[in-house]
Amino acid sequence: MSAANAILTVERLTMRFGGLVAVDDVSFEVKRDDITAVIGPNGAGKTTMFNCVTGFYKPNAGRIAVARRDGRDYLLERLPDYRITREAGVARTFQNIRLFGGMTVLENLMVAQHTVLMDASTFTIGGLLGLPSFRKAEAEAIEKAAYWLEKIDLTPRADDPAADLSYGEQRRLEIARAMCTGPELLCLDEPAAGMNPRESAELNTLLRFIRDDHKTSILLIEHDMGVVMDISDHIVVLDYGRKISDGDVDFVRNDPHVIAAYLGVEEDEIDEAEALAESGGAVAETAS
Amino acid sequence: MADTTTAPAPSAVEAAPAPSHTSIVIREAVIAAVIAAALASILLGARTDIAPGGLSLEYRPWNIVIAAVVVFFGKLALGFLGPRSGVDLGGAFSGLAPSGDALSHAGTYVQPALLVLAVVGPFLLLSTYGGSGARQYIELAILILTYIMLGWGLNIVVGLAGLLDLGYVAFYAVGAYSYALMALHFGLSFWVCLPLAGLIAALWGVMLGFPVLRLRGDYLAIVTLAFGEIIRVVLLNWYEFTGGPDGLSRIPRPSFFGIEFSRGDGGFADVFGLAYSPIHRIIFLYFLILSLALLTYFISIRLRRLPIGRAWEALREDEIACRALGINTTTTKLTAFALGAMFGGFAGSFFATKQGFISPESFTFIESAVILAIVVLGGLGSQLGVVIAATLFIGGFEFFREFEQYRMLVFGLSMVFIMVWKPRGLISRREPSVFLKKRKAISGDLVGEGAG
Repeated sequence: MSAANAILTVERLTMRFGGLVAVDDVSFEVKRDDITAVIGPNGAGKTTMFNCVTGFYKPNAGRIAVARRDGRDYLLERLPDYRITREAGVARTFQNIRLFGGMTVLENLMVAQHTVLMDASTFTIGGLLGLPSFRKAEAEAIEKAAYWLEKIDLTPRADDPAADLSYGEQRRLEIARAMCTGPELLCLDEPAAGMNPRESAELNTLLRFIRDDHKTSILLIEHDMGVVMDISDHIVVLDYGRKISDGDVDFVRNDPHVIAAYLGVEEDEIDEAEALAESGGAVAETAS
Repeated sequence: MADTTTAPAPSAVEAAPAPSHTSIVIREAVIAAVIAAALASILLGARTDIAPGGLSLEYRPWNIVIAAVVVFFGKLALGFLGPRSGVDLGGAFSGLAPSGDALSHAGTYVQPALLVLAVVGPFLLLSTYGGSGARQYIELAILILTYIMLGWGLNIVVGLAGLLDLGYVAFYAVGAYSYALMALHFGLSFWVCLPLAGLIAALWGVMLGFPVLRLRGDYLAIVTLAFGEIIRVVLLNWYEFTGGPDGLSRIPRPSFFGIEFSRGDGGFADVFGLAYSPIHRIIFLYFLILSLALLTYFISIRLRRLPIGRAWEALREDEIACRALGINTTTTKLTAFALGAMFGGFAGSFFATKQGFISPESFTFIESAVILAIVVLGGLGSQLGVVIAATLFIGGFEFFREFEQYRMLVFGLSMVFIMVWKPRGLISRREPSVFLKKRKAISGDLVGEGAG
């Protein structure tokens, strides 16, 4: 299968803010049609790394490469943020939800299809004149929006303002909005934050559906270990800006580095843990 | 709507059986009176007089008493009028007039009715007042329509894209001077100059747009204000080109498809077999500005439903989310500036041809402020709101010309009053640009105001 090749390759990524090194020489891969989770304690540099991948920060060093299915390659650190979504096919959501609150749910999904509709409206003039090609594109855009509304169970709320939705509904809408841009890689910043167990179970179903039926790879930051362990194919662990572990769920769960970072350990235990990790790390290298 | 239906209910429940509400109001009134007395004891209670050998203090205890009593009863009145002890002044007045919802709901019928009125209006005035009597009313209508058009143009920038522009009059000036200079130097007709003046103004819009792209909110407002002043100062000082403070005069009047509005052979009256009357030109100018305003209206209404218009509104709601959705915020902002400026330029050309004389005097900051006030008062993004606000503002202003300086006071007060009553403008509801099943207006409270 094509699952062997990587859609996103991050190499030696470094991001400094003044004297603080938020992301320090991090390298990892996101494989096609995988759900890859980035975890780590607060302040580990997850969101900074995320902002580098989606173009909101320009990294100080390193390379972020995207290989699209049709063979086109992009170096994200060189692209302005809007072209990362438009051309490299990378869409994102935000940790603190950023919907267009005063616009309806449907309008939010229409804004996400801006690039397609803008091309169809031929510099807005074709749209002003109401050319049939534009009307067709608009009808298709509404259809696509309706499809995603169906998938996130928000069809009855389509014409309500996005700000009136409940927290969980807003999170789902943000994911649907990102999917309406037609991405190949979907980056989710804490999608399960503030959700109850039932809602996060529904979220897992939605994310699996996106991966399996839309062939969209997912990179997500998450604190909810239930969600992470349940759906991730691959986990990357950051701590103090460095990558401390990288592997599948079972590997990461038992990695003494990860346990140390999350639970804290005595001084002498670290050496012991490192010795263990070296052998464990070697196993992981050969396994992948 | 929620305001009018729910606001009176709790106050009725609380006021009737609850002595607690009364006692709270009285206690607040007493506190306010004590504060007023404390302030008045210094501000009103003592006066310095010139006495032999220096200054002397004259004590006036009655002033303190009067101030305290006035504040006490004023606070008491507010407490019983408002639903929550006078804090919510807006709620107290919301029942006095139709709410924004009623206005925007009526919009479906009001708008065609207003259009019909605008078309037949001048003829009604003519038949009622006669040629010379109707002239002042039609000229007032022309003025109002000019401001409506400017308001609709600025609405694209401020209302839709959420970019606060305090220098909009600069584009009005660019349009006016572009037409005047092209007509005077090259002898081009109004109909050739109009689109050119619009394009030139749009170009200046882009030129303003570039340096301010990174600025947001207050900083953007200051730079646009400066831009407006720069244009005016250049017009004032570049004597060889613009005529400086003398302005440009003898600007050609528009013709009716080549037929001049002049007395004698070949004039409009002669060709159409009418008796010559100066009112013909006024009526023509009226329909000219009406059609220009309607052009602005229809284009901006359609733009709102196109991807570019939706991107403007999304930009107003959340710029960062726009960037994450592949929207190029640079070009989106620039198109908003350019299109807003273009309509300003059209209006400027009309102004120049109507007046026949322009000078930098007509393009001062107060004009920008008036246009912005019309947009804000009408409700950001609302087309009908601009019409109502422009009519109230410009119409009222001209109507009460006899009252001299008092009208400024009255208008200042009424603006404060409207903003207290309806903080988001007369029509604050937002109509969605697209709907799946049912078009529902969105409450103004949810709609973003834009930060840049």
